Amino acid sequence: MLTKEMKDLLQSAQTYGWVMEPFAKQLLALAGMDVPQFTWARSPDEAISFARKVGYPLVMKIVSPQVVHKSDIGGVVVGIDDDLKLTNAFNRMSKVNGFSGVIAEEMIKGIELIVGATMDEQFGPVILLGLGGTTAEIYRDISLAMAPLCEADVSKMIRCLKAVPLLEGFRGSERVNIEALKGLVIRFSEFVMDLGDTMESLDLNPVMCSAERCVIADARIMVRT
Amino acid sequence: MDLEKIFKPDTIAIIGVSLTNEAHPANVIYNKNRLRYEAKTFAVNPRGGHIRTDKLYRSVKEIPEKIDLAVIAVKAELIFPIVEECVNSNVKGAIIVSGGFAETGFNELQDRLTAFAREAQFPFIGPNCLGVYAAPRMDTFFIPNERMVRPEKGRVTMISQSGGVIVDQMVKATAEGVGLSTAISIGNKALIKEADLLRHFAGDPGTDVITFYIEGFGKHEGREFAIAASECKKPIIVLKAGKTSEGNKAVSSHTASMAGDYQVFSAVMAQKGVVEAIDEFELMAFAESLSCYPRNINGRIGIITGSGGHGALCTDACISHGLVVPGFNEETQLAIKEVLSPVLSNIASYANPVDLTGSSTDDDFLAAARVLSKSSDIDCIIMLLLPYVPGITVDLGAKLGMMHQQEGKPIIAYVPHVEKYRIIVEGFNAYNIPVAHSVEDAVHMAEAMRKNKSC
Repeated sequence: MLTKEMKDLLQSAQTYGWVMEPFAKQLLALAGMDVPQFTWARSPDEAISFARKVGYPLVMKIVSPQVVHKSDIGGVVVGIDDDLKLTNAFNRMSKVNGFSGVIAEEMIKGIELIVGATMDEQFGPVILLGLGGTTAEIYRDISLAMAPLCEADVSKMIRCLKAVPLLEGFRGSERVNIEALKGLVIRFSEFVMDLGDTMESLDLNPVMCSAERCVIADARIMVRT
Repeated sequence: MDLEKIFKPDTIAIIGVSLTNEAHPANVIYNKNRLRYEAKTFAVNPRGGHIRTDKLYRSVKEIPEKIDLAVIAVKAELIFPIVEECVNSNVKGAIIVSGGFAETGFNELQDRLTAFAREAQFPFIGPNCLGVYAAPRMDTFFIPNERMVRPEKGRVTMISQSGGVIVDQMVKATAEGVGLSTAISIGNKALIKEADLLRHFAGDPGTDVITFYIEGFGKHEGREFAIAASECKKPIIVLKAGKTSEGNKAVSSHTASMAGDYQVFSAVMAQKGVVEAIDEFELMAFAESLSCYPRNINGRIGIITGSGGHGALCTDACISHGLVVPGFNEETQLAIKEVLSPVLSNIASYANPVDLTGSSTDDDFLAAARVLSKSSDIDCIIMLLLPYVPGITVDLGAKLGMMHQQEGKPIIAYVPHVEKYRIIVEGFNAYNIPVAHSVEDAVHMAEAMRKNKSC
């Protein structure tokens, strides 16, 4: 069930048709999914004080209602490890159209996956799981299934990926926390069912999966206006 | 809505029978049912009179018996009052053969008719369809009787959006020996859709396997179908047309751009344990296999062959279809070797495929099949039976059939489909063993079991 707080966050999407990243992450955290520690900083100082709290390195991403694909315009900087780099990145982003501050967040390592949802005309809400990152659409290593999902559905989706050896520990790399991944996908599918007809499409991309956690590093929620 | 009397009517009224045009669809349907089928058939035309010696009733109301099913083949604009009269006369359902509805742009007429029927709880198939073939009870396909190709009576129900495709499937079913329960052409599927039919035939005692030819689903119709499929315990096979689209729309979401219409269709079918066939030949192979073995296997195949080449081709085909051909351990190999004729001991191979060579006899095939039937390394046997081998007799199909009845493990046979070897094929069929007409086809049959309810 969507709480009042979640509905209010969704309401923010009415103007532009999508939920900006800081709101999207709050929403997903409220729905029980793992997101990084982050702050929405309007000045370099705010970002620096966040860095003092969680420590470097950080990721910085632009917040602008006019920028849906952030990396296309240089709106994502990873591996920021001191105050100078942080200030430079902030100042560069502040020149982008619609600049409304930045997200500064802890940098999470892991295998990049995509977890998504779309409203299919024939089948209603459909969930996608695949190899993520900016190259997701090139490799197209994906599994699809109709929501809501049971655990057996999610296990099968994972099993059907070509990348499954990567997740299970390939050539000495660590096995990712498959239980955490399954939990995230199942909670995501429940969230999608709760959204119902208001949902147009959701991309959690990338979801960073490691031996410890599966964390939503970026999220885009498109709604019907 | 209860569909029972649409498929099992005792009485049928054919509405629109012409006094002057014997080639009219209503006349074709009336003639064949009146002369050839069990349901009692009445002809209706508002003008009345006689067609040959049969009375033409002016309306359904005028018929002295209670009518179960109305088959309507009149101009679209005349249909509404006829359906109203059927409802008032307590007819249990209709097949609307007539075209001239949504397929030609007259959506409003179709929507009005559908809304009325839904409100009245009056089920109808169509419009713009061939309707139902359920021999020996009835046949509403407007194809002259002498042109029909009729499969044997059996336990597969076939449902198709296209009339042409279903007629063609009946031809193929006849050629492959697939037994048919009911064939249904649903046309515009205005009221009764695939999901409704799936629910109905899931509970039909005469149906073991349900096949669908699907062109497209309307809004959320796929979801309905998927839910009905997950509740159905019988094997379901689908063949989808329109797999390709003219490129996805430009969308800003990765998910939406990667989840194309067909990709979603195919994934959801697999999720719900529906077996998807890629073409009409696979559809028929799957139907034949699953009507003999309505179950799921892991896909570990044991191959018995009289020719090394066929064994190698079959292994390749198995692997490319996601099946496994596990090599047998020494113990199993020895067990096979021990039961074969001494003459084979140094020339046969036992590893999988088991190649019995051209020197084998009926008894060698039977003995090897019995060992593999008891082996836990495999869950299905493909038997490549080449009747050119001199030691093989025409009785081998039936002999293996009897053995299969005792052992229970699925056997799929390949026998070249020529008239000369027909008795071998019939021997297998008599014991419910599916017989493929090619090595590849045999592998499709095994694949069907692996895909069936595999989630």
